[in-house]
Amino acid sequence: MVTDAAQRHVVSRLWNDKETRSVIVQIITLVCILLLFGYMVRNAVVNLEAIGKGFSFSFLFQPSNYDINQTFIEYTSRSSHIRATVIGIMNTLAVAVCGIVLATVLGFVLGVMRLSKNWLTAKISYCYIEYVRNVPVLVHILMVHGLLVRVLPTPRNALVVGDGVFLSNRGAQVPKPLYEPLFWVVIAVFIVGVIFAWWFRRYARQLQDRTGRALPVFWVSLASVIGAPLVVYFLLGSPITWEVPVLKGFNFAGGYVLRPEFLALWLALSLYTAAFIGEIVRAGILAVDYGQTEASAALGLSRGRTLNLVVIPQALRVIVPPLTSQYLNLTKNSSLAIAIGYMDIVATIGGISLNQTGREMECMIIVLMLYLILSLLISAFMNWYNKRIKLVER
Amino acid sequence: MKVAKIAALAATLSLAGAGAGHATTLEDVQSRGELNCIINTGLIGFAAPDAAGRWDGFDVAHCRAVAAAVLGDPDKVKFVNATGKTRFTLLNSGEGDVLFRNTTETMSRDADLKLSFLPVTYYDGAGFIIRKDKGVTSARDLSGASICIQTGTTTELNLADFARANNIDYEPVPIETNEEARTNYLADRCDTYITDASGLAASRATFDNPSDHIILPELISKEPLGGAVRHGDDQWFDITKWVVNALILGEELGITQANVESMAARAGKNGDINRMLGTEGDFGAMIGLDKKWAVRAIKAGGNYGEIFDRYLGPSTDIGLERGLNALYTDGGIMYAAPVR
Repeated sequence: MVTDAAQRHVVSRLWNDKETRSVIVQIITLVCILLLFGYMVRNAVVNLEAIGKGFSFSFLFQPSNYDINQTFIEYTSRSSHIRATVIGIMNTLAVAVCGIVLATVLGFVLGVMRLSKNWLTAKISYCYIEYVRNVPVLVHILMVHGLLVRVLPTPRNALVVGDGVFLSNRGAQVPKPLYEPLFWVVIAVFIVGVIFAWWFRRYARQLQDRTGRALPVFWVSLASVIGAPLVVYFLLGSPITWEVPVLKGFNFAGGYVLRPEFLALWLALSLYTAAFIGEIVRAGILAVDYGQTEASAALGLSRGRTLNLVVIPQALRVIVPPLTSQYLNLTKNSSLAIAIGYMDIVATIGGISLNQTGREMECMIIVLMLYLILSLLISAFMNWYNKRIKLVER
Repeated sequence: MKVAKIAALAATLSLAGAGAGHATTLEDVQSRGELNCIINTGLIGFAAPDAAGRWDGFDVAHCRAVAAAVLGDPDKVKFVNATGKTRFTLLNSGEGDVLFRNTTETMSRDADLKLSFLPVTYYDGAGFIIRKDKGVTSARDLSGASICIQTGTTTELNLADFARANNIDYEPVPIETNEEARTNYLADRCDTYITDASGLAASRATFDNPSDHIILPELISKEPLGGAVRHGDDQWFDITKWVVNALILGEELGITQANVESMAARAGKNGDINRMLGTEGDFGAMIGLDKKWAVRAIKAGGNYGEIFDRYLGPSTDIGLERGLNALYTDGGIMYAAPVR
């Protein structure tokens, strides 16, 4: 009796102590999570065994037996499932990178437009953002794809947009550059230009620190990085020939093609994400107190320098963390490619390979891991950037 | 005490996990009172909702025959719609009891995907449909074309093989469902659409001007279409297999939806008919059903010939001839094993 009471006393004392209680709760939660996870794994193993399917990744090395339309590296139906997966990763990356670039540019324009004093400009941006944000992205993708495929003419009646650029419901055909040996000189000039621009920037900063004299860094950089290679390019007599697409039978042959599936996914994802980025940019700019602008004006800084040195660095601090999640969203949303048949990760390894080999568990694990790695890489990069632009407090 | 509780909970959970799947499929279906049948998401003639929103078609009729044999009511079916890609996962994960989704029987699906295929219900081959004004008369002239394909099908693999063998360079346009393929083809996103010839005929029947489109003469593959069940339940495999056989035998023996009940009322002179309709012996008991299983299966939608004529035959919009699918006695290769 006595020991019993004493034991109960110990237990209640442990439970009533804030620190120990927290540890106990944490241990219990951890055990529950592990048990749940263990149960799921066990369930999968038992059920796979019950229908006699093993768990193996050896199918990855067998020929895929299917064709893919958009490939950046050599691929045929004889290539392995692994190669098909790599094609899928490249296609996902292509649309994600293009999407992030376009969404960022559009987003910044939209954000600045919304803050414009011009009533019409501000309202256009407002209406666009409200409309786009409130319609699901899948609907945008299907709509853009539908428009591209139905509204654009067939290849035989393709729209001629420019020299060798055609637009049809099979996509945008653009000429393909074929580099002549002399083109490497242009590349070399470009590399030298980049190095010079970097050195000049440092030199200008040191000079300004020493004497207070500011050099036109932007224009000099532009001239050395873009201008010099261009001049050399024309001096050498344009050492690029263009392979112009020509209509041959059903489709255009030669040149590059941006398929309607890629265009639809790219445009829809960018236009959609741009609306969110626009709001983030607006928030970032508004977060910088107007007093800061007035103060820098009082110090005699020009409008451009006020923006560059005072407003933008402080706004970026607010903008970058939510911008990271938009980039992640865009990348993950690219898996909606499946709806229009764009051959990304989900459509290759998580779609056709999965279905033709019947290895659901293995394929889905690969797809999961790939998206996880991709997202973590983007996060890591953005965190590094965020740290770089963080306000240095003195 | 807490830990003990959790351990008990965990034990129960894992027992539940291990316990699942011990009942036979027949018991599951009977206790559920409903057959889960995996069908197409929509292919006129094979599986499509009728004007009243009720699923109807060649594949659907087979689902209903199985439901009638097992549960006594052809309407006790829950249809599970599957794309070419999701069908096997749905079947293997137990979402459906049987698959009737114009599915080609292949060795890898049988052995590697762990399916058991029922007797073939439609002998088919993959063909191309194309607009007449493209001026193409042979599949060998398709070099450079954009071709719509349903992903996750044997057609996808057969096309890759055909193109490689004939040096045809083409742009594959992967598509999830027949409906999507139809809209992409009609929008001229792809020059031609490849699928089983029966599916092409079915799709063409829904076009505004079917006569503007031709089906190219070459069939580039063998596509024996039939139902399938999971590995591991031989009794259920036997039930579904013999329901399909009974429908084909029904046509062979002249048993129709109209006369099946009167023929089953008393034993006649033909032993084959007597055994199948349960007036002689007890063949139903061998597969865990009663004597009248085949009567109900044929009563549900008629024999194989009646089902074919109603949904796919020359009098329908789809207008397919029996061809290979005629009985072996009529110049086809439809030949079912006897009930004996």
